[in-house]
Amino acid sequence: MLGEGIVKGMLETAKNFAGSFVSEERLTTVEYPEQRIPTAEDARVFPFLVYDGPDWEAGLRCVACQICEKGCPPKCIYIEKSKDKKPDYVGKMQIYPARFDIDVSVCMSCQICVEVCPFEAIKMNTEFELATGDRFGGLLLDRHKLARSNEYYHSIHPTEAAEVDARLAEEKAKVEAKAKAAAEAAAAKAAAAAAAKPEAPKSESPAAGGD
Amino acid sequence: MAAAPISVTLDQVFIVLRDWLTHFLPAALQPFAAVVLEVVAIVCVFPGLFALTTVFERKGLGRMQNRLGPNRVGPFGFFQPIADGIKSLTKEDIVPLNADAVVHFLAPLVLVVAVFMGFAVLPMGRNMVLVDMDAGLLFFFAMGASTELSIFMAGWSSRNKYSILGAMRAIAQMISYEVPLLLSSVTVVMIAGSLSLTKIVEAQNQYTGIFPHWYVFTPWGLASFVMFAIAATAETNRTPFDLPEGESELVAGYFTEYSGFKFALFFLGEYLGMFSISGLGATLFWGGWSAPLSILSWVPSWIWFFSKDMAAIFVFIWLRGTLPRLRQDQLMNFAWKFVLPFTLLNLVVTALWRFMEGGWLRWVVCTAILAGAYVLMGRTGMHRKHFGPRSYRYAE
Repeated sequence: MLGEGIVKGMLETAKNFAGSFVSEERLTTVEYPEQRIPTAEDARVFPFLVYDGPDWEAGLRCVACQICEKGCPPKCIYIEKSKDKKPDYVGKMQIYPARFDIDVSVCMSCQICVEVCPFEAIKMNTEFELATGDRFGGLLLDRHKLARSNEYYHSIHPTEAAEVDARLAEEKAKVEAKAKAAAEAAAAKAAAAAAAKPEAPKSESPAAGGD
Repeated sequence: MAAAPISVTLDQVFIVLRDWLTHFLPAALQPFAAVVLEVVAIVCVFPGLFALTTVFERKGLGRMQNRLGPNRVGPFGFFQPIADGIKSLTKEDIVPLNADAVVHFLAPLVLVVAVFMGFAVLPMGRNMVLVDMDAGLLFFFAMGASTELSIFMAGWSSRNKYSILGAMRAIAQMISYEVPLLLSSVTVVMIAGSLSLTKIVEAQNQYTGIFPHWYVFTPWGLASFVMFAIAATAETNRTPFDLPEGESELVAGYFTEYSGFKFALFFLGEYLGMFSISGLGATLFWGGWSAPLSILSWVPSWIWFFSKDMAAIFVFIWLRGTLPRLRQDQLMNFAWKFVLPFTLLNLVVTALWRFMEGGWLRWVVCTAILAGAYVLMGRTGMHRKHFGPRSYRYAE
């Protein structure tokens, strides 16, 4: 009948009107600055740089390979390579970013930098309150402002961080095993060189293949 | 006065206050001073109600959408209108370079003045009417119609496509709905036999047992009231008839090019229009300042008038929280194909009611005719129209 839909709609809004006074669960919003809804685990806002250990500068995983800089669609990343090197998480000497700036006003949160990073060094943050009074300097985040500890990464994306840690540990174990094997091979080689010459090539071959 | 019971004193408190304030003046000046006082009262009370209504509207709409609404400025957000007022007063007043500056300036003033004029004939309580005009209803509609002028002035003088589109929509809509608005009020005039709003209220201020003789409780009155409410919603450009200022399509319609205080005046004019048309609706159909039950007659009459007015405002807000905006062709079809024929039929039914003296037969006959017509018109109107989830032919 004519007007039926209007009556139904009016009843619905009346139910909402009355219901919002009696049951808190109906309210779909929270009073933001005081109350917050925890962000979803897969939420992403802007990238940050992961570091291991207590010192952010020494622990940065980034090796300034510039893949993210080249892959960034809006070109919001600026990297300057260092002249010297520092050891990375497996102890290999690597260059590091002397400068790593992201202009968050340009960033479009596409996560491509995260996808392309071979070193698990850049991840997406969930912080969103980045408003600033300084629209140039304040929005250009340098490497210090971007650096977050691995523990922080675990706190915002626990599942993803655990996977990353497992992968890194595996790689580190592999590298260590390889180093160990290489060291053993070297020792065996030295021993063989010292003892009997014909045995040496056989024990050397697997280590050589692994390199 | 000392002998009068407390309820009568309370009922006439504003009249007593006015007389007390004017009796200090020389007798020659007293009538003039009384009118000035009454005008000042109207000019203060309704913008005050407007301020309250804005915050109640925002909170009410919030509640209907399961939100809390504004609650930051002052206790429970009730100082929000003050913040809004300061904001609109301190904002820059921009007049477009190509605008017709004089007309652009005059449009909001014309609107507010025309809307305020409507309050002059509304009886807001026993003996509380600024001008007890014999043709009060006619005066009210004359003033209500001149708000259309200001809307077109605003749209035309802004030199903006959104403004002119909004103004054209507004004119089309307001003229279309002016007709059913008038025709639905004419039924009351037919029964009450007077265009004077005070007489119309007095005609309704009678009781059978404890129940009042309000026109809304008769078949023709109910039908008239529903049609009046539809037309009044369209006249005040409220949802679902808010096409002239539809934000999503026309920015703000005819007041797109207004900012600062002029914008606030338009806003004020719109809400004052709601108050006055609600007041008229209450006066015509809901007994004006008369009490809903005879045993409640001790409550001051002005409380009843303002309660009815605010209840109508709540219904406006409720509708806004519920209904989506119509399309222009739907709006026009609804006005000319449903509301207008129904009000015309209702005129006939009212005449029937007038001449079938007393008895239960006229109740049966009038109800049957109106209900039958409603169902029939609804059936034919909705015939072969597929209601339900919308399907898209190209998008998907």
